[in-house]
Amino acid sequence: MSTLTLYMQYIVNGLTLGAIYSLIALGYTMVYGILKFINFAHGDILMVGAFIGLLVYTALTGDAAPGAWTLSAFFIAMLVSMIACAILGMLIERIAYKPLRNANRLAPLLSAIGVSFILSNGAAWIFGTQSRRFPYPFENDPIHIGSITITPHQIVVIVVSVAMMLLLTFFVNRTRMGKAMRATSLDQSTSQLMGINVNRVISLTFAIGSALAAVGGILAAFDFRVYPSMGTMTGLKAFVAAVIGGIGNIQGAMIGGVLLGILEAVGAPLLHIPNGMKDTVAFAVLIIVLLVKPDGILGKNEREKV
Amino acid sequence: MLNFFQLILIYAGIYALMAIGQNCITGYTGMLSLCHAGFFCIGSYATAIMCKTFGLSFWLSLPVAAIATGLVGLLIGIPTLRLKGDYLCIATLGLGEIIRNIATNVNPVGYNSIPRASLFGYQFASRNKLAFIVLIWVFVLIFYILFQQLAHSRIGRAMIAVREDEVAAQSNGINVTKYKISSFVLGAAMGGIAGCMQTAYTLTVQPGSYTFMVSVMVLCTVVLGGMGNGKAVILGAFIIQFISYLPQLTGLTNVIPAQAKQMIYGLLLVVMMLWRPQGILGRDRFRYGDPRTRREKIAAFFRREGRNAEGGAV
Repeated sequence: MSTLTLYMQYIVNGLTLGAIYSLIALGYTMVYGILKFINFAHGDILMVGAFIGLLVYTALTGDAAPGAWTLSAFFIAMLVSMIACAILGMLIERIAYKPLRNANRLAPLLSAIGVSFILSNGAAWIFGTQSRRFPYPFENDPIHIGSITITPHQIVVIVVSVAMMLLLTFFVNRTRMGKAMRATSLDQSTSQLMGINVNRVISLTFAIGSALAAVGGILAAFDFRVYPSMGTMTGLKAFVAAVIGGIGNIQGAMIGGVLLGILEAVGAPLLHIPNGMKDTVAFAVLIIVLLVKPDGILGKNEREKV
Repeated sequence: MLNFFQLILIYAGIYALMAIGQNCITGYTGMLSLCHAGFFCIGSYATAIMCKTFGLSFWLSLPVAAIATGLVGLLIGIPTLRLKGDYLCIATLGLGEIIRNIATNVNPVGYNSIPRASLFGYQFASRNKLAFIVLIWVFVLIFYILFQQLAHSRIGRAMIAVREDEVAAQSNGINVTKYKISSFVLGAAMGGIAGCMQTAYTLTVQPGSYTFMVSVMVLCTVVLGGMGNGKAVILGAFIIQFISYLPQLTGLTNVIPAQAKQMIYGLLLVVMMLWRPQGILGRDRFRYGDPRTRREKIAAFFRREGRNAEGGAV
């Protein structure tokens, strides 16, 4: 295999990874856009989503051979998991973040770290710490296009993520509630004066972000397996993706995710980084972005007003 | 039982050392850092490498560990501290994971049978816990006093000003970045010193013991006692270690799941933030413009204590 096709292959793998990062990054960026706060528990919601998806899927299919039924069961599981995570996200916001909306800057962050710790250790308690495989709901025979290999699961990941992102873009740009959301992220008190129910918008933001995280978690489960601490590293990288794109910017999160996925897939072999140190790439990218362009690709330069 | 109480004392001391550093970063300067596990790890490894590979004594590797950790803190602090606090939180979380990642990949087994620390010919052996309790708590006392002095000095007041309002501090001529970085480096160095103590006690270093949980425990210690209060941090260290050893103390190791204490820590963070964000003891009170000298203050303090003991009015 020539070097060029090898790198084409890495880019295809990177795109798959990046699509997942984008989905998760959207949750970080939407919450940040409205509340100016990093939802630390987002990574663990992703883990809960993956677990719920796995449980529903195995309950529905049992040992059934991959076919039309398993594929539809997969989407049912995804839907159930999205709804469950949306409710979980709203509950967390209501209990742990809402009372702290006017407290000092550190308080919601600390509370979020607490929630994240409760979720990941609660999952370890209930499900055990061993990792589980998410079975493929379809025959996963690789398809060869020229000399590039692509597996059906990669196609599913990309198609589902693109569909989710299109839906979200439509929702934010074309619906009444989406307009309210954009208004709230611009100026919370003015939108309240204009008759927007800010509390409902914030709840909805958490619900949408968590539902997207659930999808991201299930898609990530194909590659990374399902285990209680899966959210920490994946969530961290998705956050890096959100920062690359410009945190608070929805399009930015999508671009940043794909970019990070490709950088990670191409960067490690290019720089001869051993597989175990792959996570360092994302972190190095974060530091470089923070140094060179802290507002990210599409972010606006926000200055603190006195 | 006595064994566990001694263990609590030892680990409360080690965590108090780390929490003093975390308090300097989070309590005084108001930056949320989440990589004390990483600093702890660097301190332990530095001590292990110095003692075992280079054959240095424990007392020489202690400053090496502190300086090495401080340098890492400086390197990571320069790019991240110029930015808003939220970025720091995630960047440091990443750093903690990366340090562990590197440690696991470079040397998965860690170090064993590290030479013991000795003082005037006396060897600190792990089975003699009393000696370690004394050793560690002497260090806690020294650094408690040092950091109390720091907090009440010009530097400490500048740090607190940065915590309260960066823009206002800057407009009053405080170099915000400088104080943020120095506070971060000092806090990191404390993590290194705690790591050094841990190595001297266990004489082994394994990458698996520096997980994110350590960082959260240290953070919990500071939040529980009261951010920006030296005494409270030490109280917090005791409570956290007590919770940590609760299954062993009550003899219920089979009943209580291993994750229970981590869930309690998480719950503590949320509950404290909701109902008592200032911590159990609250913030340290600063008396500015008190015309009395230090000696007069100390005398006044003891007079009041004496009167209290007699049951008189204060």
